[in-house]
Amino acid sequence: MPLIINMKDKIITLAHGSGARLTQKLISIVFAASFNMTELSDYATIEHNMVVTTDAHVIKPLFFPGGDIGRLAVTGTVNDIAVSGAVPAYLLATFIIEEGFAVSDLQKIVASMQETALEAGVRIIAGDTKVVEKHNAEGLYITTTGIGFLPPNCHLSTSKIALNDNIFINNFIGEHTIAIINSRNQLNLNPPPCSDCAPLNHLIQKMLTCSDIHFMRDATRGGIATILNEVFDDCALGIIIEESALPISSPTQAISDLLGLEPLYMANEGVIVTFAASQPRQLLSTMQNHKYGKNAARIGYVTNEVKGVYLRTSLGSLRPLPMLNADPLPRIC
Amino acid sequence: MLNNSFQDPGLSHKILNQISEYKKELRIMEVCGSHTMAIGKWALRKLLPPNIQLISGPGCPVCVTPVSYIDALISLKSLTITVFGDLLRLPGSLTTLETARAQGLDVRLVFSPLDALKIAQKQETVFAGIGFETTTPGIAHTIRLAQENNITNFSVLPAFKLIPPALKYLLLADDVEIDAFLLPGHVSAIIGSNAYSFLPAQFDTSGVISGFEPLDILLAIKMIIDILESGKNAIENEYQRVVSPSGNLQAQNIMNQVLYPRDACWRGLGIIPASGLAIKPEFSRFDATQKYDLDISYYEPPSPCRCADILKGKILPPQCPLFADSCSPAHPIGPCMVSSEGSCAAYYKYER
Ligand code: SF4
Repeated sequence: MPLIINMKDKIITLAHGSGARLTQKLISIVFAASFNMTELSDYATIEHNMVVTTDAHVIKPLFFPGGDIGRLAVTGTVNDIAVSGAVPAYLLATFIIEEGFAVSDLQKIVASMQETALEAGVRIIAGDTKVVEKHNAEGLYITTTGIGFLPPNCHLSTSKIALNDNIFINNFIGEHTIAIINSRNQLNLNPPPCSDCAPLNHLIQKMLTCSDIHFMRDATRGGIATILNEVFDDCALGIIIEESALPISSPTQAISDLLGLEPLYMANEGVIVTFAASQPRQLLSTMQNHKYGKNAARIGYVTNEVKGVYLRTSLGSLRPLPMLNADPLPRIC
Repeated sequence: MLNNSFQDPGLSHKILNQISEYKKELRIMEVCGSHTMAIGKWALRKLLPPNIQLISGPGCPVCVTPVSYIDALISLKSLTITVFGDLLRLPGSLTTLETARAQGLDVRLVFSPLDALKIAQKQETVFAGIGFETTTPGIAHTIRLAQENNITNFSVLPAFKLIPPALKYLLLADDVEIDAFLLPGHVSAIIGSNAYSFLPAQFDTSGVISGFEPLDILLAIKMIIDILESGKNAIENEYQRVVSPSGNLQAQNIMNQVLYPRDACWRGLGIIPASGLAIKPEFSRFDATQKYDLDISYYEPPSPCRCADILKGKILPPQCPLFADSCSPAHPIGPCMVSSEGSCAAYYKYER
């Protein structure tokens, strides 16, 4: 494994789990190199039409406005499958539980998983349970593996993205991150901001039938900006995002300004980024008619005006929107 | 979505046009990390004419915190260390708090010193007291609360810095060329606009206190031009909706009660007389330097980092040979690359 030499970091820090550049580096240098993987994707297509993915869920606190770790464990994996164009069908779930965890809390979380699975139309078919000693885990971790099936002739990929494609998102950005920051740090915002955590597979299926969609991705860790940079890394086509078109709720904007954080880099749990050949009106109205697409907007386009990912500020100036190395830290004043 | 009139594109361009009529070279230094961020975020340098240069001074409290301070925190193995976010990645002489945390040090990110006080009710806790006049009153208030409630598990490692002595230092240094200052809105809300009267009086230098929206900054630049054209140096206040002439007296009182001025070391610049605040003897049991006998002797190991020249406005970040090469936000060599408000980090992110 000669590549390991390029890894300056000797130990894993939280920054390696941020979803940004350092995570990418860890995956490519440690995992992809050893597993002989050519693509760093979080899902894989096997047997022509079967899509599988797996996702580990660790979140503090376990219950938050708008969801809980159970709902998250279902939506995260359902959405990962759905953005490939496949129809999610089955989930497997593994629970790692810390000694001392309340059974009543576990029941609440499992009930929430079942409710979310019903909403998404998937079945939870198998799983595993492990209990670890006190302090060896924080409450509960859940890993879910999902299986879905691709409809005939459905193939979404960054290689299909073309000049003049429009870029859409379905919802306000940053809501999940702000909800978590608020509950984790007891900022006591009133009303408490709600996570956007939702299964998007039904919305995605509607979008796929009405429009020529080239590529989709759910904007979780690292946020919209990270995905756009991954797209650029893959297809080398320039991207311009219009700041004035970004759907950001005013509480999210206000809190972000206060903490020096940018919503474009925040994790979402109910936002997908979509690249589609231009006919914005039809796709937008399909999205806006769905409960998880009410705030849908066209936020930018693919272009050869720039090399890389750029933001056009509301003042008209262009600035780069690079991939970050790690999670941005809240600043001091 | 425009959420306020201080981001109005039409008005901004009108002011930009007026600014463009000024043809002389103009070097304006901002001494506030939030200004550095706002200038990058709105890509204002790209909108301004090339004869108007915005230079980022020593305005980020994390960037000017010395190596020995981080080393001292890391040496506190058996207690809980509480910090504001961006201190985590500041390199000490051997490692960062982030890496030390991964190796078992109990480091926690807090949003307010009051959170640290809460943790101290259960366990021995140190709060990393860094910041300018904006954050310092809150920390001083927390020390007083600890005194009143006898929370003896709590202490603060002080590295507070003051803006006016730093401005003085920059103007006295013979290798610094600055035509005017863009003065920090948040700091000024505490110390008041009168605190800068020494600039025109002793140094023939002008400054305008500015808010943080693009229109604030553009207006302040226009006001600087008007002052220079009038030929009479002055301090003016663009940010009157927040900053008064005498500032926030309550905040000043609490600082005076708990802290007193002392020489301080600024990473990259060295010792600046009376530019820091230490904890008064009456509150010494909350002073981590005394409680744990910490030596913050401000040793600065030799480093190829050119932060000092950047903080003085002599070079721009891309002129440092390490910029974006061996020095990047993932592996910062100098402090200016650490905090998102640091000049190098802001350049790395917004202007490459
Ligand atoms: S790029 Fe890095 S090494 Fe160079 S001045 Fe900035 S922080 Fe220092």
